[in-house]
Amino acid sequence: MSISPDAKPKLPRGVRLTHNEAQGGWVLLAPERVFKADAIAAEIVKRCTGEATVAEIVDDLAKAFNAPRERIMTDVSAMLGGLVEKRLVEV
Amino acid sequence: MDARANNAPRPLGLLAELTHRCPLGCPYCSNPLALEARADELDTATWARVFREAAALGALQVHLSGGEPGARRDLVDITQAAHDAGLYTNLITSAVGITPEAFAKLSDAGLDHVQISIQDSEPGSADHIAGYKGAYARKAALAAQVTRLGIPLTVNAVMHRANIDHVEGMVALALKLGAKRVEIAHVQYYGWALKNRARLMPTREQVERAVKAVETLRLRHHGEIVIDAVVPDYYARFPKACVGGWGRRSLNVTPSGRVLPCHAAESIPALTFWNVREHSLADIWDNSPAFMAFRGTGWMQEPCRSCPKREEDFGGCRCQAFALTGDARATDPVCHLSPRHALVAELAEMREDAAYDYRR
Repeated sequence: MSISPDAKPKLPRGVRLTHNEAQGGWVLLAPERVFKADAIAAEIVKRCTGEATVAEIVDDLAKAFNAPRERIMTDVSAMLGGLVEKRLVEV
Repeated sequence: MDARANNAPRPLGLLAELTHRCPLGCPYCSNPLALEARADELDTATWARVFREAAALGALQVHLSGGEPGARRDLVDITQAAHDAGLYTNLITSAVGITPEAFAKLSDAGLDHVQISIQDSEPGSADHIAGYKGAYARKAALAAQVTRLGIPLTVNAVMHRANIDHVEGMVALALKLGAKRVEIAHVQYYGWALKNRARLMPTREQVERAVKAVETLRLRHHGEIVIDAVVPDYYARFPKACVGGWGRRSLNVTPSGRVLPCHAAESIPALTFWNVREHSLADIWDNSPAFMAFRGTGWMQEPCRSCPKREEDFGGCRCQAFALTGDARATDPVCHLSPRHALVAELAEMREDAAYDYRR
């Protein structure tokens, strides 16, 4: 699914991003489910606070990682679309 | 650098049995027949340490269970400690004994998920199975508060002869209560359930109807609710990968601090369990005799030892192998390859319509 740049994504109650050294890094926890989050996914999900818009998240990531905005937008849209479908993110 | 001595796998989940006290008397209770006393229960600070050690060991989730966890007056502090340790907190409750005020505090402490057990879709029968008048109504009330606060809710429906024909009603009830997930959990015969086996065992016809009902309901409610169900043990051809493999994915701490690979492990008398009062959780996980006993595949006998599925189901359940054959290293007799498989069918035929031996 496509996500509007004005949407303010957030983690629903019952979904949590946590860092666990012994499991090798970031994990997204949901009822009865565990998803390993790679570094990029973790950076995106950390910014899903319900306050920042998708556009703002993309700007922030482009700045933080000194990467082209277009490319980040593509990555973020794809990732959030997948997370929304799995009900791990709300928009 | 990892200072731990061996390459034991990392646990994902900790089952914290905070107490064995419970107002209900369900005849299939998973607690052992010899219940631990309140005086022996771990205090708040020890549970907090256990949670920190569990997270350091790799655990991501804690299931706050019992008995009825609401019987602990410090449940809010315990939940807070688990949350502060970075664990995903799941409260497994009968709903009896958790007041609306107490639940609001649990929510504020960072509770992530709630699982409420429901004994039947009809109040009179539900209260009869639970051995507690008014239990059903309290469950409905807590479920309403859980969903009002936006916390994901799972309904746990333990199925047996008296209610297995009500699968459809149970799923309808779970939907009505706002659950996102329902577990159609067939009784597993250990502890109290083993004692009540002949009174709880469904017939093969009932099981077949229930399996069909689940298939239909999954299609009907796709996207609304997740229905988890497995074929009940005594009617299966392959054994379950009990606890995802012994000492591999999860661990269980009893009210007094004994650490078990699974909640029924104390039913195997030859095992030696270590206690969190004397050892760190990492030491227990890596080195305690009970965890070493059946970890991996080295302990297996035939037909498990050369079986291509040995890394999938790990020979089934050790407690069930012991309960039914007297040998904890035997193939779980649920497996059709077990030389004792016929016994399972014989036992499933033994049914008795007597009053339950309630857990007290």
